[in-house]
Amino acid sequence: MNKVQKAFANGKAFIPFITAGDPSLEITEELVIRMAEEGADLIELGIPFSDPIAEGLVIQRADERALAGGATTDKIFDMVKRIRQVCSVPLAFMTYMNPIFTYGTERFMKNCRESGIDAIIVPDVPFEEKDELMPYCSNYSVELISLIAPTSQHRIRQIASEAQGFVYCVSSMGVTGVRQEISSDVEEMVKLVKQVKDIPCAIGFGISTPEQAAKMVQFSDGAIVGSAIVKIVEQYGVDCVPYVADYVRRMKKAVKQGV
Amino acid sequence: MLKGRFGIHGGQYIPETLMNAVIEVEDYYNRYKEDPEFIKELEELLNSYAGRPSLLYYAEKMTRDLGGAKIYLKREDLNHTGSHKINNVLGQVLLAKRMGKTRVIAETGAGQHGVATATAAALMGMKCEIYMGKEDTDRQALNVYRMELLGARVHSVTSGTQTLKDAVNETMREWTARVEDTHYVLGSVMGPHPFPMIVRDFQSVIGREVKRQMLQKEGRLPDALIACVGGGSNAMGLFYEFIGDPDVRLIGCEAAGYGVDTDKTAATMATGSVGIFHGMKSYFCQDQYGQIAPVYSISAGLDYPGVGPEHANLHDIGRAEYVPVTDDEAVEGFEYLSRTEGIIPAIESAHAVAYARKLAPTMTKDQLLVINLSGRGDKDVAAIARYRGGEIYE
Ligand SMILES: Cc1ncc(COP(=O)(O)O)c(C=O)c1O
Repeated sequence: MNKVQKAFANGKAFIPFITAGDPSLEITEELVIRMAEEGADLIELGIPFSDPIAEGLVIQRADERALAGGATTDKIFDMVKRIRQVCSVPLAFMTYMNPIFTYGTERFMKNCRESGIDAIIVPDVPFEEKDELMPYCSNYSVELISLIAPTSQHRIRQIASEAQGFVYCVSSMGVTGVRQEISSDVEEMVKLVKQVKDIPCAIGFGISTPEQAAKMVQFSDGAIVGSAIVKIVEQYGVDCVPYVADYVRRMKKAVKQGV
Repeated sequence: MLKGRFGIHGGQYIPETLMNAVIEVEDYYNRYKEDPEFIKELEELLNSYAGRPSLLYYAEKMTRDLGGAKIYLKREDLNHTGSHKINNVLGQVLLAKRMGKTRVIAETGAGQHGVATATAAALMGMKCEIYMGKEDTDRQALNVYRMELLGARVHSVTSGTQTLKDAVNETMREWTARVEDTHYVLGSVMGPHPFPMIVRDFQSVIGREVKRQMLQKEGRLPDALIACVGGGSNAMGLFYEFIGDPDVRLIGCEAAGYGVDTDKTAATMATGSVGIFHGMKSYFCQDQYGQIAPVYSISAGLDYPGVGPEHANLHDIGRAEYVPVTDDEAVEGFEYLSRTEGIIPAIESAHAVAYARKLAPTMTKDQLLVINLSGRGDKDVAAIARYRGGEIYE
């Protein structure tokens, strides 16, 4: 079993997202370790990008803070190495194609392998363009996570059949951000994936409350939460760690036991 | 796989949420581009509404003054709404109607594409929302009001560098949220496939007319074509018909801002490197980590850190040349054409005029040079006055 599969091996998974370097790489390092201690099953680390087109305002601002604070891809790899000395939680990078391509896709994946990154999520690389990443991912055993959206329709079959790790089900139209209501179509999306392939499905975009998370895992394998956590980081800055830890504990409980 | 490639460039690097939308655009485009009724309707709009064909004007005084090649101006500035942007917009909005869309959105830099989109939306009864960087809503305030007069809602984009790149980001985000009833009228030969192809096709009327007009006037093809390049739509529109004529030099003028050796520049080919952004692989101004650079030009329409993928390929294969033109040179070109020919060009087009002033004297008197006058300069008058130390505000 690889690390990503392990994240889904103990029942429903809770998957938090934070932007690396927001508010600083030291705090990110602490956050990852604390979130893992509180039961996060897989952690998504955003590599900040100047122009995150799939992101809503909350994560856009986090990217700006991280870049202004001097976070770079190299420094983030170094941080991951430090984390790996004390923490074995499955880790996925979430970033855009340009930071990977310009760094050198091969070099990027090699560093992922060597520092201990298990998977990557790249929202601006759809099925049609995945050859940009797949050969390098395969060479260095980094799993390329596929996304499906409410607009995917007949594409879901095609995407699911070649998916690896888990399928990231985008719950709603639009960019990332906290939402009051999450469309019910997502249940159908998960069913379609499962018809094609026995692979974990985690739902993201819009989830913020324990109630929402508990509801989503009734028909899926995990809940992904980004903006709600990044908001806490934004609010408390360098003091955010205990607040985030508390939030992760509550969300994990909701995902495991319901509310 | 590998759709919409120009050499290594192009492609469809966009969120999954948008994939079906761009596939739908491509399907409809392929269906209608050869549909006689669609073609007729578009031609009718271009001719009776936008004022095509645009003139190919012999700039005799400029020719004499520069003492080299015979200079012609392709007068896209005379089109309705004042620039070449209307060519693409009429095509895309007509297509959006066929697709059953009721709402169009667009990014704009100088405001010309926004004005053209708002115009076509008004004409064809569509709702219209325009995204424009805050810096540009400030420096092109007149165009903002113009769009509002035409019934569009203008959003001032305050993220990032608050210019054209950020307006594109925001329009893409908006499209992701609402693909059902909305078409994104991309304003240049950029973005994910099929946009570089569609925009080029709708703009290629420029080059087809130039070829016909030149054969009529001179009985032969021109020796060189010059156009400014932001995303590259007016240049691509001019070049496309001539790509297969190897003796015709194709020259694109990029905005160098303060100069290519400064960090206040938008000259993508001169200072950028290959990257993947805004849906396409192409050249971008960026740092070693792939963070897109904050670019600068006096011209809001050329103030963009990338370039269309077909241009990137024409550059790679050496078919077209791309040259940087500074703010200073462009402003001098702006003033020169106004004084010499009584034509006030858009500051974007003035970049092409500026390079022509350097190139024409190196050519012989029997050679023919065409400058694409992509737009008129009314929108820029106040900004140029300020550049010269004046105090004019719109
Ligand atoms: C008059 C004019 N020319 C040129 C441009 C640059 O666009 P493109 O390179 O797509 O022609 C603009 C864009 O706003 C414009 O308004």
